[in-house]
Amino acid sequence: METLIIILVGVLTAVAIYLVLSRNLIRVILGTAIFSHAVHLLILTMGGLKNGTVPLLGEDATIFVDALPQALILTAIVISFAVTAFVLVLAYRAYQELGTDDLEEMRGADDE
Amino acid sequence: MMNNILVFPMLLPILAGIILIFFRTHRRIQIVVSLGTMIAVAVISIYILNTIQTDGILRLDFGGWAPPFGILFVADSFSMILVVTTSIVTFICLLYAVIAAGKQMNTLYFHPAVLFLNAGVIGSFMTGDMFNLFVCFEVMLLSSYVLLTLGGSKRQLREAIKYVTINIVSSWFFLVALAYLYGSVGTLNMAHIAMRVAENGQGPLLTTVSIVFLIVFSLKAGLLLYFWLPGSYSTPPAVTSALFGALLTKVGIYALFRVFSLIFPHHPELTLSLIGVMAAITLIGGSFGAVASNDIRKIAAYNVVIAVGFILVGLAISTPLAIEGSIYYLIHDMVVKALLFLVIGAIISLTGTTKIEEMSGLMKNYPLLGWSFFIAMLSLAGVPPFSGFIGKVLVSEGAIQNGNLVLLALALLSSLFVLYSLLRIFRNCFWGETIISKDEQLPLHKGILVPCLILVLLTAGIGLGGEGLAVYVTDAANTLLNPEIYIDAVFSQQQ
Amino acid sequence: MKINDVILKTVAKAVVLVILTFGLYLFFSGHHTPGGGFIGGLVLASGFVLLFLSYDVETVSEGIPISFKKMSALGVLISMTSALVPVFFGQPFLSQSFGYFDLPIFGKTELATVTIFEAGIALTVVGVVVNIILSISEGTK
Repeated sequence: METLIIILVGVLTAVAIYLVLSRNLIRVILGTAIFSHAVHLLILTMGGLKNGTVPLLGEDATIFVDALPQALILTAIVISFAVTAFVLVLAYRAYQELGTDDLEEMRGADDE
Repeated sequence: MMNNILVFPMLLPILAGIILIFFRTHRRIQIVVSLGTMIAVAVISIYILNTIQTDGILRLDFGGWAPPFGILFVADSFSMILVVTTSIVTFICLLYAVIAAGKQMNTLYFHPAVLFLNAGVIGSFMTGDMFNLFVCFEVMLLSSYVLLTLGGSKRQLREAIKYVTINIVSSWFFLVALAYLYGSVGTLNMAHIAMRVAENGQGPLLTTVSIVFLIVFSLKAGLLLYFWLPGSYSTPPAVTSALFGALLTKVGIYALFRVFSLIFPHHPELTLSLIGVMAAITLIGGSFGAVASNDIRKIAAYNVVIAVGFILVGLAISTPLAIEGSIYYLIHDMVVKALLFLVIGAIISLTGTTKIEEMSGLMKNYPLLGWSFFIAMLSLAGVPPFSGFIGKVLVSEGAIQNGNLVLLALALLSSLFVLYSLLRIFRNCFWGETIISKDEQLPLHKGILVPCLILVLLTAGIGLGGEGLAVYVTDAANTLLNPEIYIDAVFSQQQ
Repeated sequence: MKINDVILKTVAKAVVLVILTFGLYLFFSGHHTPGGGFIGGLVLASGFVLLFLSYDVETVSEGIPISFKKMSALGVLISMTSALVPVFFGQPFLSQSFGYFDLPIFGKTELATVTIFEAGIALTVVGVVVNIILSISEGTK
């Protein structure tokens, strides 16, 4: 199971790198979103994919999964959510101001 | 529990920032609250710093969860020195913003953003938990994105996209490193990680993880991976550049010092030599950039890069003297970089240009500004009465003791390049024929000089009164070089 | 082109109530079962977003005259203050406590201070999410 997920993480990362390296701004943003999904899966896998129940009081079980990776991922999701939202607004503003969403054209000269 | 005081340096800016969101349009409230908060933070952190000298390292377990289970704040001399400097420098920068910037700056979300930035920076300095460090980094970065785009000129938006993208990628690396670290040692409390790494030995896997951390923090600090830095540090308004130049890279440097002295000190022949090589290349690249550029903001930004290289030479050498030198230089650099960016901001707003060819003879028009710049230049180059001198001497002494002559030569050469690059600005912009006549010259707002002069006094004060700081700096270096002090403090029961 | 959105509007009226109730349920059940401030807040926010989508921004803003920016700030303020209160009782920052009370209708009920903290988080999430959607939708016309 772990191996499978790790391969999936690798595929997602490859897709994300491809998108981030493209010239279109929206693709770059999508790439960063996929980046964060890949790393969230990685954290989850690193915590160990055990077959326990949810780590909550009141569950009648002896085996619980590690709660920490889930807490970490929740925090990381919140952060990546905020960052992605900010970048989307930024990209939209940049598109309005600069009239392009092509990163190559956005390079610009130093003396503006 | 008096230790609750540890949370206030981070909590006060957050609370003040939130309150200011409600009073967005009230200029006076914005100014009073944000300045007051920074003074309060400075006072509290000086008090904590002094308490550490008598009571040893302090810690606060959030929610009463004893380490290693909860998250915690740990205050040792190194982090508190940086917190004190951060709050003072921010206070002065805010003062400049209040005096110099227009009404727009003070009513947009500028003050809340600066306060949140501070909360992130101070949180990063004080946290004792790896993941919490990541969260504080993100708080800081999000506020820096807002500050960078505030105003929204074309150039700013363009640079912001690059800055944000590079930081998202580096945050991604941070999470990857955290995932591997958690997978291999099963904990995220810094002291606990350090203990487990020491017990089990730093195997190849952990060394690889440490290299990933090195990449992450180098990106943030601008060590070798500084290509994003000159562009984004030279676009925003002067105050923002000053805050970025003074604070942001320092957080990366702090993290490098903390991680490679506390958690991964076991293979210095690999990690520290790598840092040494990276610092050397940074010094060379930064020097060339500073000399080659004609834009005064770019020159200042490249000077940030050189300073990063210099401070990390101290870490690469890692003798007590060198580490002390690095800490002195960190304090110095925060103060003087703020001064440099503020003076340069004033020059740009007075002349309306950033090119050194288009300015001349400003000394006649604005003598006090010119001398402020002159002192900033001397201090950055490490001329004796000012604050840069102590750091440079100690790092050099450490390098000589350690026989690391290449780094020594590069560090000293870089000082020459710093001097030359700034001297170019000074000679071209301040000396020479006065091209702005007395009638045409824009009046220099007298108040602008106040923050600059405070910083000038600070740099001279640190230089002359370095003895007074010696107690704290020695303790900080001692804790960095003896990680067991930090680990014992975190796991001691009586708190 | 004007789309015929009668169905969307009618369904939204009914569904939004269900979503908001479900969001509240998730929020309160978060103490011992899956749920909590963040998830509850997201569901609540999705209810608001559905309103904004099916009606236009102006109509909804008139009906719900809340500044979502201030709402998120208020949320953080509530969370931070609730975290700060233990400091005045000599407890570490962020400490939580709970107790059992006999309430008139509910009988013996567990009340925990962490709910206040979570309420702050829920408010923040609702404020931030709606705010983002609004700021992206601004000026598209």
